[in-house]
Amino acid sequence: MNNILVANEVSKQFGSHIALNKVSLEIPKNSIYGLLGPNGAGKTTLIRIINQIIYPDKGAIFFDGKPLQSQHISMIGYLPEERGLYKSMKVGEQALYLAQLKGLSKSDAKSRLKYWFDRLEIGDWWNKKIQELSKGMAQKIQFIVTVLHEPKLLIFDEPFSGFDPINANIIKDEILQLRDKGTTIIFSTHRMESVEELCEYIALVHKSEKILDGKLSDIKRAYKNNIYKVGLGVQSANGLLEDLKGKFEILSSEYVDDGLQLNFTVQLPSDDTGPFLSHLAGKANVNNFTETIPSANDIFIRTVQSK
Amino acid sequence: MSKLSLIIKREYLAKVRNKSFVVMTFLSPILMVGMVVLIVYLTKINDGEIRTIGVLNESNYFSTDFQGTESTSFVKFRDIDLEAAKDSIQKMGFYGLLYIPNEPDLEQVASRSYFYSKDAPGSSIVANLENVFKDRLRLQRLQELGVSVSDFESVENNFEINTSSFSGEQNLKGITEIKAFIGGAFGYLIMMFIIIYGGFVMRSVIEEKTTRIIEVIISSVKPFQLMLGKIIGTSLAGVTQFAIWIVSAFLMFGVLILVFDIDPSGLNAGASNTPGLVGGAAYVTASDSAIQLYANELFRIPWLMLVCFFVIYFVLGYLIYSSIYAAIGAAVDNETDTQQFIFPIILPLMLAIYVGFFSVFNNPHGPIAVGFSLFPLTSPIVMLMRLPGGIGEGGVPIWEVVVSILLLIITFIGIVWLAAKIYRVGILMYGKKPSYRDLLKWLKY
Repeated sequence: MNNILVANEVSKQFGSHIALNKVSLEIPKNSIYGLLGPNGAGKTTLIRIINQIIYPDKGAIFFDGKPLQSQHISMIGYLPEERGLYKSMKVGEQALYLAQLKGLSKSDAKSRLKYWFDRLEIGDWWNKKIQELSKGMAQKIQFIVTVLHEPKLLIFDEPFSGFDPINANIIKDEILQLRDKGTTIIFSTHRMESVEELCEYIALVHKSEKILDGKLSDIKRAYKNNIYKVGLGVQSANGLLEDLKGKFEILSSEYVDDGLQLNFTVQLPSDDTGPFLSHLAGKANVNNFTETIPSANDIFIRTVQSK
Repeated sequence: MSKLSLIIKREYLAKVRNKSFVVMTFLSPILMVGMVVLIVYLTKINDGEIRTIGVLNESNYFSTDFQGTESTSFVKFRDIDLEAAKDSIQKMGFYGLLYIPNEPDLEQVASRSYFYSKDAPGSSIVANLENVFKDRLRLQRLQELGVSVSDFESVENNFEINTSSFSGEQNLKGITEIKAFIGGAFGYLIMMFIIIYGGFVMRSVIEEKTTRIIEVIISSVKPFQLMLGKIIGTSLAGVTQFAIWIVSAFLMFGVLILVFDIDPSGLNAGASNTPGLVGGAAYVTASDSAIQLYANELFRIPWLMLVCFFVIYFVLGYLIYSSIYAAIGAAVDNETDTQQFIFPIILPLMLAIYVGFFSVFNNPHGPIAVGFSLFPLTSPIVMLMRLPGGIGEGGVPIWEVVVSILLLIITFIGIVWLAAKIYRVGILMYGKKPSYRDLLKWLKY
């Protein structure tokens, strides 16, 4: 039982609009799982189904091996993309209320809030009203409220929006620490650089269907297309480039360093680099040789556009 | 603490701590009292003004008939013509001029008389003048018929028919109206409460949508729990407000008694005598006995039953309407979009009040009254107007009460179910002003 959450052919329809079409997912325990997809792909619908805000028409969700039920609500923490707090309520009171709604006792909620408020250095906000806080400050409160009840599964929908880079980093570190403590995190975002940085697994949803999922490193390996960046030290333009062009598929090339360095990218027929390297041997000095691994962004764009 | 009670507590505190709520609670009784005082004061000013009317009497009659009263005084003109009299009236700023021409007999004098004034005269002034003429004419005609004034007065009578129910209880004229009025007060209270607190529920839902807290909350609780908690919490705040008003009314009453040194035992005497009245009624004087009978009748209104039914109809009616209000709040993004949906809710409430006052007062058990007291959207108000007449014989038939409450309960379940569906979908919809067709579609989601 290594998956905290399994979705089995989940479908959901709103009127004539199909929001999810037989989407299956397996989210391993103790991982950060990126749920990606363009706007309107069905990510939010899927997340709402996991949170039991809405219910699927067909298919089933299993939480920790058992069919998803209302008792699981207290084991999930959800930070929605559309989020806010009661404007005229005091920070502490509001945090207590939301924590108690998640099933914490009042005294428990209080001591945990104190811990988190101290940790994020916002202890003196307790008696302020939300309308007196800036957007980023309110986001911090929301993050705390989401993680306070120590859920097994955390779902963050665009968690960094509204944060300045410093606070975004603080939150990112907190997310990583939560993962280290054993929490599983579903991470829905458009910001691909944070996907690269955080996610171990990803799933790509497009037009109501899951079109790709798995370990990010596996996906990258599958998507790499044997393109290599090569830098050669050469004496002069001695016809090496023409020679290479005749034998291999050179995508682009340029001379730098007053013609002493030839940089080019090459498309190899397979991931066996031996023939290419042995061809170069003796002809030039290989200054650098790197495989270009597609970024999550590239994969995202390529997959979505090819559909 | 269960989630529902948490929500109720929050909604209640959010409402009660609200500054405008606090201000309204303590200000509106003062405003009400102030308004009554103002109206009484203005009426007094209006009545206190003395109008002066000039009388140009050229006839041989009415020489002593026009005597000043509290609100009018008469100034008699002599030996000038009509135009001169009109001129001087205007110059002196008098209210008007009564011109009585010289004619051979009283009938002609009366028919040729005129009242001149700058503006159209007030009806009470005209009536006073007319009464003088009428009395005079009546006297003359009586004399012509050879009837003495004392004979005529002995003919005068103020007859009122005695009414009784078949079981022999004496019915008092006007008691139906009084009872309907008491019921009407209850009904009116329900309507006001629904409109005010339904509106609060709606605004509170809209607030949760606009602050975007809604999705945070419904990932912890079911939308239905949130809706129910909101409705209950808000109405408890309303009940608190009413309780404060009632208590402060009693306190003010107590202060009044102390300040004006009214003997409260005198007030209670009538009521405490009533149960033993049956035998003693014969000995009290005529007017006393009528008052006692009314008191007796009011005492006999089944107050306890009435209050119980008030609570039943109030709770059911309020829950039906406020869940509709909650659904409306969920469907829209801001308050300006609510108008198209609110009108259809207010309509049955207004209808109930008007039907109540125009039909139930006249005929508490007629077909219209019965129909509207069964129809679930109007029954909380209309049935309460009928109920002070009692249940069973002479009052509302038992089956009507039972059917009315059953229909109300069925409607309540149906409406809350529908409203919860609209609410559940609506709270997650942003940026679109929904039409009725959209709402229908949401029911199928």
